[in-house]
Amino acid sequence: MNLTLSDEQRALQETAADFLAAHTNARKEADADAELWSRIVELGWAAVQVPEDFDGLGLGPVELVLLMEEMGRRLARTPFLANVVLAQTALLQAGTAEAQQRALAALAYGERTATLILGPGVNAEPASLTVKARRDGDAWVLAGEAAQVLDDGLLTHAYVAARIEEAPGVALFEVAADAAGLTRAPLDVFDLTRPQARWVFNDVRVGGEARVDDAARVLAGLARTRVLAALQLAAEQVGGAAQCLQLAVDYTKERVQFGKPVATFQAVKHRVAEMMVRMETARSTVRGVAARLAEGGLDDAELGAEVAAARVQATEAYRYCAQEAIQLHGGVGFTWEYDPQMHFKRAQWASQWFGPTRDWREALAAHLLDAA
Amino acid sequence: MNEQEFRQQVADWMASHLTGRFACLKHRGGPGDEEAYPALRKEWEQELAAGGWVGLGWPREHGGRDLPLALQLAFHEEYVRAGGPGRIGHIGETLMAPTLIALGTPEQQRRFLPGIREGREYWAQGYSEPGAGSDLAAITTRCWQDEDGRWRLQGQKVWTSLAHESEWVFVVARSTPGSVGREGLSFLLVPLAQPGIEIHPIRQMTGEAEFNSVFFDGAVTEADCIVGKPGEGWKVAMALLGFERGVSTLGQQMHFTHELQLVVDVARANGAARDPAIRQRIADAWVGLQGLRYNGLRMLEEDTSSTKVRPEALIYKYAWSNWHRELGQLAMDVIGVAGDVRSDDDAVRRLQQVFFFSRADTIYAGTNEIQLNIISERGLGMPRG
Repeated sequence: MNLTLSDEQRALQETAADFLAAHTNARKEADADAELWSRIVELGWAAVQVPEDFDGLGLGPVELVLLMEEMGRRLARTPFLANVVLAQTALLQAGTAEAQQRALAALAYGERTATLILGPGVNAEPASLTVKARRDGDAWVLAGEAAQVLDDGLLTHAYVAARIEEAPGVALFEVAADAAGLTRAPLDVFDLTRPQARWVFNDVRVGGEARVDDAARVLAGLARTRVLAALQLAAEQVGGAAQCLQLAVDYTKERVQFGKPVATFQAVKHRVAEMMVRMETARSTVRGVAARLAEGGLDDAELGAEVAAARVQATEAYRYCAQEAIQLHGGVGFTWEYDPQMHFKRAQWASQWFGPTRDWREALAAHLLDAA
Repeated sequence: MNEQEFRQQVADWMASHLTGRFACLKHRGGPGDEEAYPALRKEWEQELAAGGWVGLGWPREHGGRDLPLALQLAFHEEYVRAGGPGRIGHIGETLMAPTLIALGTPEQQRRFLPGIREGREYWAQGYSEPGAGSDLAAITTRCWQDEDGRWRLQGQKVWTSLAHESEWVFVVARSTPGSVGREGLSFLLVPLAQPGIEIHPIRQMTGEAEFNSVFFDGAVTEADCIVGKPGEGWKVAMALLGFERGVSTLGQQMHFTHELQLVVDVARANGAARDPAIRQRIADAWVGLQGLRYNGLRMLEEDTSSTKVRPEALIYKYAWSNWHRELGQLAMDVIGVAGDVRSDDDAVRRLQQVFFFSRADTIYAGTNEIQLNIISERGLGMPRG
């Protein structure tokens, strides 16, 4: 296996780094969001993992990982995670060919922007789903409530995993964000770079063509979507951790106490070194797992274990680095004005969504210890 | 040859050679177990050499096979997977030889490389001193030239592993009287069997004695047994350490995989595998191992700009040593009260060794504290205090 980035991959990474450093909206009002998102779409980032058969760029997890790292570093507030990492992946893993044909190019080029609704915190377990669908002639009627949906207000659609009476018990529906009977109430979240809303489905009626899942693979496909998305979230966490480290290094080199930069003190140097160890280890794993995934041939159990390693490391590294960045900034680390607080909030958000580390560890333990 | 075929070749060779009188060496002789079967392990080194498995990365003109890094790593992995014993020849093969190839004279290369490659001559490393540990440049062992040009040495080296099993030791000593720090040092090659050298084993916390103190009292070596010029010893010594973090370090991950599997086996056998806290820790150990693995693979990335800092290489020693130390603690927590007693079971005994010996991992070859200094200064540009 080769972890060396190609020239094209390096170029993509550099473009993303430069663009986001100049244009991130992390500190801007929400009315700047649409502009940033449309520019990202113009750069082709939303088409990266869409196969060429659907007019996408046909690239893979490695390119996505590089983009997610940079977005995590700059805390960009865009529908990328919802639209690309979740909605597109769900369609690719669990959608019918017709649904893919209809929607993937639209999701890749900005004609449509979607999120994915699973159980709370992106849980793919059927028992965790909180929306139910029932047949009404050829149509379907959705009822229920999703308490926390990734929704920054730019969405045109959602793919909703709902429980159904008939086998296989779960179906995926395409729902317009302005459908009759649907209410979206923005939530007062701490992490302002990751907006959420409460969605209430009050008998939302959709046509038969809105059911987009391939019933034979919807359960496995949604489970796999969650795992693949968790790898990308881990990449975003690594990017955030890298930025926390950079902030801490830059600040401690500037900050003078006792007549010298605090960066000269060993107590400080050891802390930033420890941040680097954890962040770079997580980065090695995330990039390595992405490369392995791109190579192909991983079965679901192997994929789950590999992603668990990436996810646990990235979660721990980001939380650690965010906490340390605050500490190493001293008093200003506690202020709104300095960036560590934003990463601290994002790191906490990311540690709970897509499953907390104790669940990933337990799944791994079962894989390692309970096999026949 | 592709990697898969090469791996198969190694595995086949190991299966047909690590048998018979060598069978008792399986999984033996690693860190914490260096005293096991030294004579037989030397014969094993010669067996390996005859099989063409020594000097895989050396250039062909020096009798090596010039294999790419990926195949060298593949050899180490298959070697360990097959239970290959700890290598008595590794200091010669992976430290001394690359240094001689890079910085030695043609005469030195002709004289010393064949003995290393054929498993006939073994080497020990004479760097640390009682007063020069983390501050390695505080070396006080002296060396000077007699009128006939021969070098003489006076002083003490410490933590010299395998000195009692080796023919030669490479020594960094102070050749310029009154010099301090990195200046005025020289890098000498010294035969161990001579009246001017005494070797005293150091009994370590495991009860075994893998390390030695080596006392030089007017010890002597030939005039041409110096690598580099007088005064260039620090440069040579550091170049040698650069080879230490090479491919053999990556190969040890297979040992770690094996040890973690032993922990899993014990946990399943004694019921610890049902304890939720132990389950989380075993999962964490596996997660950490994946980190080391992918970090190692990243180290094999093509280096497009040689001046670039390689963060993955910089953090590697700190990462693996701390992971290994934690694995030792986890192993003993899984074993429980039975861990108090030296076990007759090879697997449990190995884990007990890991628990104790891994205390040294975070100290030798740059303590945790020195590693963090290096990481912060070279990796992050933090200023020296």
